[in-house]
Amino acid sequence: MMNRATAIFSALLVLALPLSLLAGRIWLDPWTTPNATAILMELRLPRGVLAIVVGAGLGAAGAAMQGYLRNPLADPGLFGIAPGAALGAVLALFFGLATAWLLPLFALAGAAGAMALLALIAGRAGGIALFTLAGMMLASLAGALTSLIISFAPNAFAVSEIVTWLMGALTDRSWHEVWLAAPLTLAGIACLAMAGRGLDALTLGEAAARSLGVEPARLQAWLIAGVGLTVGSGVAVAGIVGFVGLIVPHLVRPLTDRRPSSLLVPSALAGALLVLVADALCRVLPLVTELRLGIALSLLGAPFFLALLLRMRREIA
Amino acid sequence: MTAICGPNGAGKSTLLGVLAGLVAPDSGMAMLDGAALSGLTPRERARAIGYLPQAGEVAWDLSVASLVALGRLPHGDGQGGGVRAVAAALSALGLDALAARPVSQLSGGERARALLARVLAGEPRWILADEPLAALDLAHQIGLMARLADAARAGAGVVLVLHDLALAMNRADRVLVLDKGRLAADGPPQEALSEAVIRQVWGVEARWLGQPGARALAAG
Repeated sequence: MMNRATAIFSALLVLALPLSLLAGRIWLDPWTTPNATAILMELRLPRGVLAIVVGAGLGAAGAAMQGYLRNPLADPGLFGIAPGAALGAVLALFFGLATAWLLPLFALAGAAGAMALLALIAGRAGGIALFTLAGMMLASLAGALTSLIISFAPNAFAVSEIVTWLMGALTDRSWHEVWLAAPLTLAGIACLAMAGRGLDALTLGEAAARSLGVEPARLQAWLIAGVGLTVGSGVAVAGIVGFVGLIVPHLVRPLTDRRPSSLLVPSALAGALLVLVADALCRVLPLVTELRLGIALSLLGAPFFLALLLRMRREIA
Repeated sequence: MTAICGPNGAGKSTLLGVLAGLVAPDSGMAMLDGAALSGLTPRERARAIGYLPQAGEVAWDLSVASLVALGRLPHGDGQGGGVRAVAAALSALGLDALAARPVSQLSGGERARALLARVLAGEPRWILADEPLAALDLAHQIGLMARLADAARAGAGVVLVLHDLALAMNRADRVLVLDKGRLAADGPPQEALSEAVIRQVWGVEARWLGQPGARALAAG
């Protein structure tokens, strides 16, 4: 099902990918730059693909979360999965196990732990309010534990390593992160798509959704799996990348019929586009060190979101 | 057309929820066409029973047509064969001209019609509505009751929670009166809503005036 938003963001993504591959501290000319093929294939292409994967996961998860909570301010971080994954990664860093494979695996274990706890708490009833509060508690618990570990760090260098990782970045990533995150993210988006009809029904409230045949516990299970896989794998390979899940559904919603299910795929595409472009900007900006992606997105996202709020003020009031 | 009446807290919405299969009864069971309601899959139940909750929540600013198409979810054909049912529901409630309008730009009466059209679009055999007339002005109350009567004439069983006893008296074929969770009266409206029942259940001295079909309730 190809709607207008899907078409627009697919086209923009197809335009943006080659441009982002050429962009960097050194603008790449495929015909004259020495080692152009190696730079493209081993550095910039995996990084670009990873940006697409991470952004797609965050965008789709954000759209699903906003649909599930029937609230445009919901963010994938709310369920505690991103903080759980971050906690796992920080543990790996703390114990000096942060190899290219172990760090993401620790993060995935953290995300899986958060998902299991969520599923346990959710139980069979499937009530949304209790579930959301539990997720928020999980998020703050994981955040507190992360801070605790940072405070135990043996020296300033270890602290700086952890804090820098938490800021989120796609620097020096290779194909192996892509092979790790891409299948998990795709599986996660598929889970979220399975939740689509239920999310549409929820537009009418919980009781009406159940009367339309939605089983709350099943919907919740698809959502935990979907958000867990997309956000968990995203954090595992890129650290905490905020704002994408919050902003992207807002950008996409006016281009769709506003049903949560029609928002999922375009939000994945728009999320991919946003992270790809933001990461390319990080590389191009003439700063002493490369701007961290997480910081860039917040710098970009917060004013944009404020402007959006000001524009919508009349409608909300 | 069956009306469920009773004072606040009598259990009207709970009974409707049990009938809709949304609330598990503490004891006893809900039956649908001779079989246990709990034996149906959620989807089978959703095709048989359309439920209109009291709080007319619409979380996202859908167009009227998209909103009404949500009624096809149990059939899984909102894009395909269900299009005809959606169009029929829209025109049954006089919403053809408003199909593309966002829900946020509807008046209260139009919104109530759109929400009922959502239920009709599912072509359920039973329509359960929890106070569908709350917050509607007189003209819209009359209009919505007429549309529900149309659905009943077309073969659907309609069960409503109603606060307006005169509407129940004039329009319902059968009235259930609940009091503190128990069935206080059940029958044709002139029996179930007799002055004696109103005195006993609501604690109000009231008299019915006018002719059958156009009765008014004078309190005090």
